[in-house]
Amino acid sequence: MDSIQSLIKNLADQHGRKRESLLPIMQAVVEQENYLSEYSMVEIAREVDIPAADVYGTATFYSFIETKPAGKYIIRICKTIACVMKGKNQVLFAIQDMLKIKLGETTPDKRFSLLESNCLGWCHKAPAMLINNEVYTELTPEKVREILSDYMRKNGQY
Amino acid sequence: MANSHQLKRVDFIFRNENDWEKVLSSTIKKKPNELINELISSELKGRGGAGFPTGLKWKYTSEEESDEKYIICNADEGEPGTFKDREILSKVPYKVLTAMAVCGYVTGATKGFIYLRGEYKFLEAELNKEIAEFEYYCNEINFDFKISIFMGSGAYICGEETALMESMEGRRGEPRNKPPFPTQVGYMGKPTVINNVETLVHTYTIFKYGAKKFYDLGVQYSRGTKLFSVSGDTPKPGIYELELGMSLQDFVYEFGDGDTKAVQVGGASGFLVPRKKFKDAAIGFKGKLTGISLPTGGSMMLFNSSRSMFNVLDNYLEFFREESCGQCTPCRVGCQQLLLGIKAVKRGDKPALYLDKLMRLTETMQLTAKCGLGQSVANSFSSIVENFREEMIY
Amino acid sequence: MANKVNISINGFPVDIEKGKTILEAAEEQGITIPTLCYHKDLCVAGNCRVCVVEVAGQGRLSAACATPCEDGMEILTNSLKVRNSRKHIIELLLAEHNADCTKCYRNGNCELQILASDYKIMTQDFIELVPLKKYSIDMFSPSIIKDDSKCIRCQRCVRTCAELQGVNALTVAHKGDEMKITTFFEKHMRDVVCTNCGQCVNHCPTGALVEKNYIEEVWEAIANPNKHVVVQTAPAVRVGLGEELGLEAGSRVTGQMVAALKRLGFDSVLDTDFTADLTIIEEGTELLTRLKKVLVDGDKNVKLPMATSCSPGWIKYMEHLYPEHLDHLSTCKSPQQMFGALAKTYYAKARNIEPNKIVSVSIMPCTAKKFEAFRPEMHDSGYRDVDYVLTTRELAILIKQAGLDFDKLEPVKYDRLMGESTGAGVIFGVTGGVMEAALRTVYEIVTGREVPFDNLNIKPVRGMEAIKEATIKIEKPLKEWAFLDGIEVKCAVAHGLVNAKTVMDAVKAGKADYHFIEFMGCPGGCLGGGGQPIPTNAKIREKRAEAIYAEDGALTLRKSHENSEVAKLYKDFLGKPLGAKSHKLLHTKYTKRQRY
Repeated sequence: MDSIQSLIKNLADQHGRKRESLLPIMQAVVEQENYLSEYSMVEIAREVDIPAADVYGTATFYSFIETKPAGKYIIRICKTIACVMKGKNQVLFAIQDMLKIKLGETTPDKRFSLLESNCLGWCHKAPAMLINNEVYTELTPEKVREILSDYMRKNGQY
Repeated sequence: MANSHQLKRVDFIFRNENDWEKVLSSTIKKKPNELINELISSELKGRGGAGFPTGLKWKYTSEEESDEKYIICNADEGEPGTFKDREILSKVPYKVLTAMAVCGYVTGATKGFIYLRGEYKFLEAELNKEIAEFEYYCNEINFDFKISIFMGSGAYICGEETALMESMEGRRGEPRNKPPFPTQVGYMGKPTVINNVETLVHTYTIFKYGAKKFYDLGVQYSRGTKLFSVSGDTPKPGIYELELGMSLQDFVYEFGDGDTKAVQVGGASGFLVPRKKFKDAAIGFKGKLTGISLPTGGSMMLFNSSRSMFNVLDNYLEFFREESCGQCTPCRVGCQQLLLGIKAVKRGDKPALYLDKLMRLTETMQLTAKCGLGQSVANSFSSIVENFREEMIY
Repeated sequence: MANKVNISINGFPVDIEKGKTILEAAEEQGITIPTLCYHKDLCVAGNCRVCVVEVAGQGRLSAACATPCEDGMEILTNSLKVRNSRKHIIELLLAEHNADCTKCYRNGNCELQILASDYKIMTQDFIELVPLKKYSIDMFSPSIIKDDSKCIRCQRCVRTCAELQGVNALTVAHKGDEMKITTFFEKHMRDVVCTNCGQCVNHCPTGALVEKNYIEEVWEAIANPNKHVVVQTAPAVRVGLGEELGLEAGSRVTGQMVAALKRLGFDSVLDTDFTADLTIIEEGTELLTRLKKVLVDGDKNVKLPMATSCSPGWIKYMEHLYPEHLDHLSTCKSPQQMFGALAKTYYAKARNIEPNKIVSVSIMPCTAKKFEAFRPEMHDSGYRDVDYVLTTRELAILIKQAGLDFDKLEPVKYDRLMGESTGAGVIFGVTGGVMEAALRTVYEIVTGREVPFDNLNIKPVRGMEAIKEATIKIEKPLKEWAFLDGIEVKCAVAHGLVNAKTVMDAVKAGKADYHFIEFMGCPGGCLGGGGQPIPTNAKIREKRAEAIYAEDGALTLRKSHENSEVAKLYKDFLGKPLGAKSHKLLHTKYTKRQRY
């Protein structure tokens, strides 16, 4: 049994082998693996005994269930109106400039993925972004550069 | 305006009173019927946006015969411009838990869920601690009610109650046909009360202070207080608890930056009110106030004269195009048409008259979409296009 | 009147049974409300919204398919509000749909096209979305073509694949404007659990899912003077074809069909029913052999219950979902493939034609048969045993293209040498039919007497019940079969793969003590096959079933072992049932496949 198989088996043991457990299991796999691979979906389907197509259909419905390979840190910058009004685009350019990736891409070292997200619920402290589950608000290009530098240092980069 | 009044700040929701044990134990000594009547007489309406009378929801569920019933706290707050539920859950979570338990007592449910949006994952750990403490107390007083958190995963539509239940059942969050309503056939096919976070906190206020205290606030048909999430061009963005029924004029006076051109009330699915209509608009539930009344989930976004209303509408429509579940035709295709349509008019590829065709399309969406999402796209579209037509064209 | 509600439809008061939807109530009153996502075979989705109606006092319109009638409802099905909304919705669907109707396989039989025509959608003001979408078309399956540009996302196919078939090869993926109908990881249909049953094709309102057609290939073969084109027709085709040619459901058109095939230019028009009879001899013998090995020899390697193997949708389903239980399957090929193997051996020899000059065509109510013919193991004649498989619908297209006035054709009989059949062969086309045919023969082989049912009609295995069971007690068998004396042979019949699953789960769990089970991939059996006329629904399946039994009842020979051509085949060519030649030509093996 490989690591993904045992991860999924454990998750199924924990949440139960029923359809209602599908989301928690998928979320936990994404938490661990950064994304839900085709292989993981097959294993979930087998373990929970639901059709693989249903796993795929359900997974792709949810923006936070990544089905494409993603970096260790997924940056989701809010693109809804309040954040746009408060300078989201400048922040986005600063991130792209720093990581040398465009929206939807992952850095070659597989550290960072850059995505946009719909309203994150921080309109009063716009612009906002998530890095994995961590929230960052009232962003400016300077602030976001500092934040990303911290993440890079944390990983012994640069 | 007779029914309107000066802006009145209130402090019920975030008043930090460490007495939830007492509120819980004393409330569940009363008869379920008494509590339902109390709730009905308070005239509390759902604070998630739809405004259904909360007391009736509880009553209908309590009347259903079933071996199992559920209480769901809807914390899938995703309406652009809304962030009150997050604030409640991080500041006074025990009030929400208590209210859920009381609702369980009233309706005969012993299991509750909090459906927490994925964007608020960072709240989960703390909330779980609160739940553990809460359940410990319930255990001590021999009260059987369990609560668990169900995490969402980034889908606005899951805030729609039946989509939320589909999601909890491990499926795509596609809204169901209604009837049957969740009070009859809800989560796992069982009678279910599903209330917004804020609604539950108001019931806490009502059970603690009595219905009268709540009823005496606000205006006819719009009783009590409401949390408002204030953002946009304002010097003081944030969360405010205000009495319902205020005029938008007063609101802008308080929160505007002196140059407020329009206010979007109720988020992307709400209405845009231009400056010239501020004094006629009152914030409360539908139709009964003088002037325009605006049903609301509490989002108030202010725009000053530097903002292009075309960009605002464009942003909303892109939001809906992506967040529509995609199952029903008017919403799936309608949102795409509206977005492409206003761009085409702006570019000059379609004549200005095409806006009228799009307005008629939003009427159809309102009449025929399967759920509230598709039905309410018309609100922002028509209010923005009607009031800022020239900005759409030039 | 407790179970009635009083409503009014378009101003006329009516009493309606409680629980009925507005759509059903209107239908009872002779008012058609247009639908797209609604299908009588499936659960209600309520997502296309074309069936919206106005209910007085309600601000919004209601989906007629999903709204139950309530007392006092005043319903308007054609108010201005309704009409305008409905037109909008049709326009929206058209904006997203590749409405290149003249180039569409479903041109003329498309529910969206009919709606657009009924509502006279003459202009398209909305922005064409088709050029903006990255629609793809999957033509890799030998059975089914999936063209996303024609899809209206009604999800009928998804519900069909899940509810009727329990296969779940299709799903809805993504959301919003990107929402689409697809497979696991958006793979090609041939690479997922698809059984090729074609029920999705049969339930699709548009041209998004169609059979892969081989019409031109067949015309070419017919036109080729160096080819001898034989055609076989499956039992269920003769009770379905008429519907495609303007006749009522349940019309029996065997003779006209044969006449038409001859006029189309086929060199020999033969009957799959012949090999259906042959299947009974082989499969019946196999069953008896298995019974003996289990009951007398105690052979642990032989599995009971034995399951039928005529339905290629069912076979592929087994291969995907129960790969560990393939030895329950009879090793008999389907009648189509038996026919194919014999056409290029026995028939070729008898008619003195070189096998490589024979083009073997079959007309099937089925799309899975196309895949079956393509299986690499189906080359036992030394050539591809069956070259082209056409559905009932494709045959109708041939007939229309040839300009034949079908109704006026004089009925003609099948050609001989593999054209004779009995009633037992005909009933292969209906659920329970293979079982009934097998019992008619096996019982007689074992006891020397006819099955103890009135007029040979084994009623317990007939009808549309999801799973049927029957027990036949063997009394006073012939000496050779003495070991069966007193044994109650337990049989089951399941049709539609979702029902097959129920039975197979019981078999898997060791909780099914049947000896013999008939499985058919499609609801109602082959007469409800994925290649049958569109629409197909419960009412239509009933009518086709009645026609099949009428066809059986009208024949003098109704037992497979009475088929004289089959007897001659054994005498001249095969030797004996389950003999070496049979084994080579008429039996097959199965492939384990992935569930996920």
